[in-house]
Formats: sequence, C-alpha cells, structure tokens
Amino acid sequence: MSDFELLLREQAPQVLSALVRHYGHFDLAEEAVQEALLAAAQQWPGEGVPDNPKGWLIRVGSRRLMDLLRSDTARRRREENAANLAAPEEFVAQGPEIDDLGGRDDTLTLLFLCCHPALSAASQIALTLRAVGGLTTAQIAAAFLVPETTMAQRISRAKRSIKQAGSTFELPPEAERDARMGAVLHVLYLIFNEGYTASSGTDLHSAELTTEAIRLVRGVRRLLPDDGEVAGLLALMLLTDARRPARTDADGGLIPLADQDRSLWNKAAIVEGEALVTDALSRSQLGPYQVQAAIAAVHDTAERAEDTDWPQIVALYQVLEQLSDNPMVTLNHAVAVAMASGPKEGLALLEPLEADGRLADHHRLEAVRAHLLEMSGDLVGARESYLLAARRTTSVPERAYLTAKADRLGS
Amino acid sequence: MLLIYSNAESWAGLSAEQREGLGRSHQELTRELTEHGLLVSAAGLADPITTRTVSVRDDGLTTTDGPYAEAKEHLAGFYLVECETIDEAIGYAARMPDAQYLAVEVRPVMEMSGLEM
Repeated sequence: MSDFELLLREQAPQVLSALVRHYGHFDLAEEAVQEALLAAAQQWPGEGVPDNPKGWLIRVGSRRLMDLLRSDTARRRREENAANLAAPEEFVAQGPEIDDLGGRDDTLTLLFLCCHPALSAASQIALTLRAVGGLTTAQIAAAFLVPETTMAQRISRAKRSIKQAGSTFELPPEAERDARMGAVLHVLYLIFNEGYTASSGTDLHSAELTTEAIRLVRGVRRLLPDDGEVAGLLALMLLTDARRPARTDADGGLIPLADQDRSLWNKAAIVEGEALVTDALSRSQLGPYQVQAAIAAVHDTAERAEDTDWPQIVALYQVLEQLSDNPMVTLNHAVAVAMASGPKEGLALLEPLEADGRLADHHRLEAVRAHLLEMSGDLVGARESYLLAARRTTSVPERAYLTAKADRLGS
Repeated sequence: MLLIYSNAESWAGLSAEQREGLGRSHQELTRELTEHGLLVSAAGLADPITTRTVSVRDDGLTTTDGPYAEAKEHLAGFYLVECETIDEAIGYAARMPDAQYLAVEVRPVMEMSGLEM
C-alpha cells in the first residue's frame, strides 16, 4: 500500500465521523466520503497533497453530501408528494465550519455502528472495511472474490438496515457496550482470518486484509489502551501473521507448524506480540483473545518444534475452554494433550466431539483423529481418516496436504 | 453452488402456467439474492441438444454431441451464492420450483485457501 493510499485510509473514518456527527444521514455521508476519497485519489497525485488533507476531504465530502441530500429530498418529495417537507436549503442549512474536529475521535462510534447487531457478519465486515478502513467497494469485492455489484449491494443493504434500525451516531449505552465491543473485535478478527487463511497461493488481494485488520485493531488500541482484549487481539494477529512467510511452499501448499522454517518467521512481530500479551495478562481482566495470543506466543518462541512447551499449551487450552464454549478449542486442546501426554489421552478427548453436531462431520475433527492415530501407530486407521478428512474439506491446499499424508502411509 | 436438474419429459409435462411461474420464481429469487448481496453468479443452460462433450486422449481431441453423463436428467442451470451455512443454501434451493419437478443439488465450492493444519 502506498503512503498516499495509507494517508487516505487513515483519514476516512475521521472524515466520515465528522460528517455524520454534523449532518446525520450515515448512509449518504458514507457515500459522500467515498466520493471525496476518489476525488483526492485523482487530484492529489497531480496537484500535490493539500496542507490540511482532512479539512480538504471534509469540505469536498460536505459539498457532495449536500448534493446527495438535495436529490434525496427531491426524490422523496416526488415519491411521497409531501408538500410539507422542509425545503432542501433548510434541510441542509450551512452549519458552522466543521474543519475543527475538537480533537474528538469518533472512530470507535463508527466501528460500533458498522458492527451493528442488525447486520449479518458478512455485512458488518464489508461496511467496516469501507467506512472505517476506507477501502473502495472494488477493493473489498476483490478481497472476497465476489463481483463488485454483489459487494455494492451488500454494503448498501447494510446501510439501509442501520437506517431502519434507527441508529444514531453515538456510543451505545454503557450496559450494551461490552457486548458490542465483543462484536467489533470479532469482526476485526474475521477480517484478519479471511486474509490469513487465504494468503496462500497466488491470492495477493486477500493477504492485504491481514495488514488492514492489524492496522484497524492498532487504531482501536490507541483509543482503548487499557483494554486487555484489544491488546490480546492485536497480539494474536501479530503472533499469527509472523508465521505467514513460512506457512506455504512455493506452490502454495500448506506447511504444518511443526515443519515450518522458523528462521523465516517475522521476529519483530513476535517480540511485539509477546510483549503485548504478557503486559495484558498481568494487568487486565482475562479474556479469550489474550489466552489465544498466549498460546500463539508459546509456539512462536520455541526455537525448534520439538522445544514447544506443550504442558503450558495444555494448561492454556484448559483456561480457554472455561472462557468459551467452542468445540474447535476442545479439538486443539486434544492435539496439545496428545503432544504432552501421548496420543491415547488425546484420542479420548475426541470422543465427546463426535456427538457434537457442530463438529461431527467437520474435516478438522477427522484430520486430528488421523494425526493422533498415526502417532499411536495405527497406520491403517490413520490412512482411512486422512482420506475421509481430505474428502470432507472444501479447501484445495488442505485436500492436497491430507491426501499426501494418506499416500505416505501406503495402501 | 446450486445445481438445477431437469429432464426433457418433466419440462414437456409442464403447463404454460407452470412454466411462467417457474420463470417468475427464478426472477424473484435472483432479485432477492442480489439485494442481499449473496449472488455471485447464476445462469440457465441451453438445451442439452446444444451440448458438446470434449475429451482428449493420446493428444487426440474428440467431441461428441450431447452431455457426458448418459442419463435422462441433465444440468439445466446453476446459482453460485455466498451462504454462511449449507442449511441457508438448502433453503434457497427449496424455493426453486425445480425442486418440486425434479431436484436441485447443493454443493460447496472448493477454496484456494486453508489453515496450517
């Protein structure tokens, strides 16, 4: 991403917040900001960046918003034939200059709005990337491999839903804030995962999403420096992303953690992530992102795979299981137990998962079973499980990996 | 991917009214999926009489007329939709009249991504 593009993306949420706080109309303001960003992208490279880029964007955005409000009012008047609607001039009366933001940063309010519970996860992600991340619809569509028209529909529908929910531009009430904050962090985590899991192969578009998710969660951390889960999520992203250079081979095939060339891992990201999570654990209320980050830190700080402190990872998974009811956590716990105490103990932990509808037919359960059977010496059973897991996955690199494991065990 | 199956008999057996209803249902479904931002692509396929099946053996290319699978049933059209769960996709498949006349098949699409196992 160029410095220039980064500058625009950093301004986007602040410009949008200023317009929404001043005029309301989140849906139209969002459109106006996108157009101001596009205008900047066209004009600034030739004419140079103005002295006050934020002020420039707010001025252009305001003008565009007024045009949109006028046409919206006119359209509605035609549609409803309501003679008593306020005149457009009154409706969008020139307010005081809003270049001065009074030092307030409403990015958090904006995030809460984009992660509104009335929206589906897919819509929350799309709207957050556009309104807070400043990405264009085309960029978001490319990252999610859907046509631009599909993404445009998703975004405008999300804006309509927010309008219908009657949301105003203010922080949710105290009582709701924790739950809503959970949704915000979850959306940022989903954005990261979308980029991380898709960063194999030739898909360069999606790798950018991990960078964007890290940038956004850094922004949230600047606003909430004492929130342990925000720090935990940032640490988790850094510690996971640090392994990216080593997790795929030249052909885009997946390399399991144990086989990765650890000299390729991003040392700076590991140091930063570890420091963040250590600090958060020592002085904040414990939460799942911090624990997941701590697990990632144990992996990342082992010089060799065989140096991994599995008993500590087992202990952390036990904590994590208490914090969240998620069968995927139990599955990872079983792997850690097998590494610490042997495959039989690990396999025993898988039994209750077979009755869990959320995971019973999931390829990950079968892949883990295959791995633990192989460890226990049951090569015939392992091969069968690898092949079943390979048939169940919808991921091309995972299927290749699982099939290769089965092949290696002979027929 | 929602795959719509048909056969010549069942298509011929439909009344004009049923055919009209079929077209209308698909229009409505397409509009709804588009509005929800879920539709990636959709198309009806031309009659199997127009199909060519291509195979390359020992560097030699042969084409034969008609579909590859020698069955009465043929693929008549498809939708590619983004759904959170298979059940959501099944819900959309069930709304196609084709599911009453013959069948609609729901299959996940492979992705080029994955986790470090």
